[in-house]
Amino acid sequence: MMDTGYNYAYLDEQTKRMIRRAILKAVAIPGYQVPFAGREMPLPYGWGTGGIQVTAAVIGPNDTLKVIDQGADDTTNAVSIRRFFARTAAVATTEKTTEATVIQTRHRIPETPLGEGQMLIYQVPIPEPLRWMEPRETETRKMHALQEYGVMHVKLYEDIAHYGRIATSYNYPVLVNGRYVMAPSPIPKFDNPKMDRMPALQLFGAGREKRIYAIPPYTRVESLDFDDHPFEVQTWDGACALCGATDSYLDEVVTDDAGGRMFVCSDSDYCGDRRAAGHTGDQGATAADYVRVTEAGQ
Amino acid sequence: MTPIIQVQNLSKSFTLHTQGGVTIPVFSNLSVDVAAGQCVALHGPSGCGKSTLMRTLYANYKPTNGRVVVLHDGAPVDMVSATPRTVLDVRRRTLGYVSQFLRVIPRVPTLDIVAEPLRTWGVGADEARHVAAGLLTRLRIPERLWALAPATFSGGEQQRVNIARGFCAPYPALLLDEPTASLDYANRETVLTLIEEAKARGAAIVGIFHDAPARERVCDNLFEIEAFRSAA
Amino acid sequence: MSMSSNPMLSVQGLTHWYGARLGCRDVSFDLWPGEVLGIVGESGSGKSTLLSCLSCANRPSGGQVLYRDRSGAMVDVHALSEPRQRLLMRTDWGVVHQNPRDGLRMGVSAGANIGERLMAVGARHYGDIRIGAQDWLGRVEIADDRTDDLPRTFSGGMQQRLQIARTLVTHPRLVFMDEPTGGLDVSVQARLLDLLRGLVADLGLSVIIVTHDLAVARLLAHRLMVMKDGTVIESGLTDQVLDDPHHPYTQLLVSSVLQV
Repeated sequence: MMDTGYNYAYLDEQTKRMIRRAILKAVAIPGYQVPFAGREMPLPYGWGTGGIQVTAAVIGPNDTLKVIDQGADDTTNAVSIRRFFARTAAVATTEKTTEATVIQTRHRIPETPLGEGQMLIYQVPIPEPLRWMEPRETETRKMHALQEYGVMHVKLYEDIAHYGRIATSYNYPVLVNGRYVMAPSPIPKFDNPKMDRMPALQLFGAGREKRIYAIPPYTRVESLDFDDHPFEVQTWDGACALCGATDSYLDEVVTDDAGGRMFVCSDSDYCGDRRAAGHTGDQGATAADYVRVTEAGQ
Repeated sequence: MTPIIQVQNLSKSFTLHTQGGVTIPVFSNLSVDVAAGQCVALHGPSGCGKSTLMRTLYANYKPTNGRVVVLHDGAPVDMVSATPRTVLDVRRRTLGYVSQFLRVIPRVPTLDIVAEPLRTWGVGADEARHVAAGLLTRLRIPERLWALAPATFSGGEQQRVNIARGFCAPYPALLLDEPTASLDYANRETVLTLIEEAKARGAAIVGIFHDAPARERVCDNLFEIEAFRSAA
Repeated sequence: MSMSSNPMLSVQGLTHWYGARLGCRDVSFDLWPGEVLGIVGESGSGKSTLLSCLSCANRPSGGQVLYRDRSGAMVDVHALSEPRQRLLMRTDWGVVHQNPRDGLRMGVSAGANIGERLMAVGARHYGDIRIGAQDWLGRVEIADDRTDDLPRTFSGGMQQRLQIARTLVTHPRLVFMDEPTGGLDVSVQARLLDLLRGLVADLGLSVIIVTHDLAVARLLAHRLMVMKDGTVIESGLTDQVLDDPHHPYTQLLVSSVLQV
């Protein structure tokens, strides 16, 4: 079974214990960034080392792992990470959200609602929501400790002053459990409401910055806004060209060099399920069309 | 009736450390009382200490010893030993001072400079300006100048603005340093009338007048400072 | 000026040493609401050290700074925990720095600079915050159409006025100013001083202002403390200290001022 020469899930047991301790602390203080001693992983910073370390610490032989990258199971990174755990942790893998016990994600939350007993592990580039305003780590720690969050609303204020509306569309700051302001990772703001009181456990790992944070199940997560500029999610005029969904996050796909484009669900599993159930897009495009188009664009 | 101003054994000298430490004595053991409705003229030759005494009464100068007791809100306050905030309170509400020179603050219009004492009494802006306007009119400062800062006014005009400011609020006590200097006959008459009005409402006034007829008209007593000149 | 029974600030024996070098020694005074206290002296006199010990920027080597908080209790500000000190600095106290860049967020618009303190204490209505910010811009004589501009596009005088607006927007009770007009053109200084005079009077602020410029002290301060070599050598009513200086050093200082 395990001929890789590595310990189970690649990391040694002491490291996994250290990460689990950090995770326990994170779960005990929702939204609070817990420092951890990040290890050298077989891929560079910026490619998901934080998410991988968290997954490695929590995964077990009875788990089923799904890995998505911008909602898709079949991108290079998602495939690589899935194969990594298949080899080092001998876990079953899946592309179906409903079958997974552990889901590692880069920059999206699956459309299919998650349930108790599932774990969503986010890859995080910059865990500190105040970093854009305050470069000093010593200062941002104090600001979190003292709830000095006026500066987060300053960012939103600036957006409204310059663009007439809050222009932040991803990595939209949230208030967790009424206490800590948190960076949800670069998920589109469309996904923010899914975090609120999600039945699943949400874990966040930042490898380069060496921070772990967590949102326990059923925790209140509120997106920051103003009374007169309430939080709003993105909307599209049309529906998914493949499955006709009007309630999912759509990617824009360029189909030719003459300006042609179509919008398809970012969540490939969700779209596939809908098509399998018989839904089609109003453009009449089929899954076969979609594959043809994307291959042609290589 | 307690005098409004009671000066007791006041002595003043200056020690000029920047000029070799020379000491210049001015007066010593000086005492004088000023009652309500009374005007006392400080009298003596030039340089005998009239302005110095007046400034010491105002706590602008610090005496070497003695007391300057002013009746403030019915209670005696010694200007010499009082805390700065008490002295400022006395200056705001009890003891007015018309100096020889108008200290010009840039950008504040004449009308507001004159109205300011009433404003610190809690009077509303409009009413204070109204009173100020009345005084400026009596002192013949043309209305077109009221919105300007007085920095560019003539010496006589500045003096009249100073006087208007000094008489705007009904102080129980007033110190007037040469109020009729550099004024023409008409304006001098107005100032003397203002002093008489103040006396009539019970103000205690200490004044320095080089102009003998003016002094004789409004002052009840002469106070000779020379009598208290200190030994060198 | 209110004649309440407790001073707003009571400083006792404040002393600070930089190793073996004296910063300031044995400074004691009381400050009442609405009073402006000027601390004057030349470079190296200890006035900036004193200000930093008063405003919690430095922890003094000895002495106490007692502050009367809104409940009327006198608290030792250096015995407060850091969170409480920081809260004090954001609500009851304000600091106007000599260099406006030290007191502003240069990368954020003027309106946001002023609005930040409001947002920090819970303001959540964008329209109201913006109106409040523009009201204050008006009070410090910055045109409305600069609301969304960055401070780095402002002149030095405008930056300083913006800093003042940002500091005063939450109506602090006590404001520390360190050479607020330093480095500004004379005409700009005059305008700024006039503005400060008006605001101090309108808002009933207590102010401790450090300056080496006696003209600034005369215009703004009710009381003066003159410092030399770390100690207060003379103090009293501003006009009395400047018109009838007693200490040799004060006399030297006053006589050295050039007359225009």
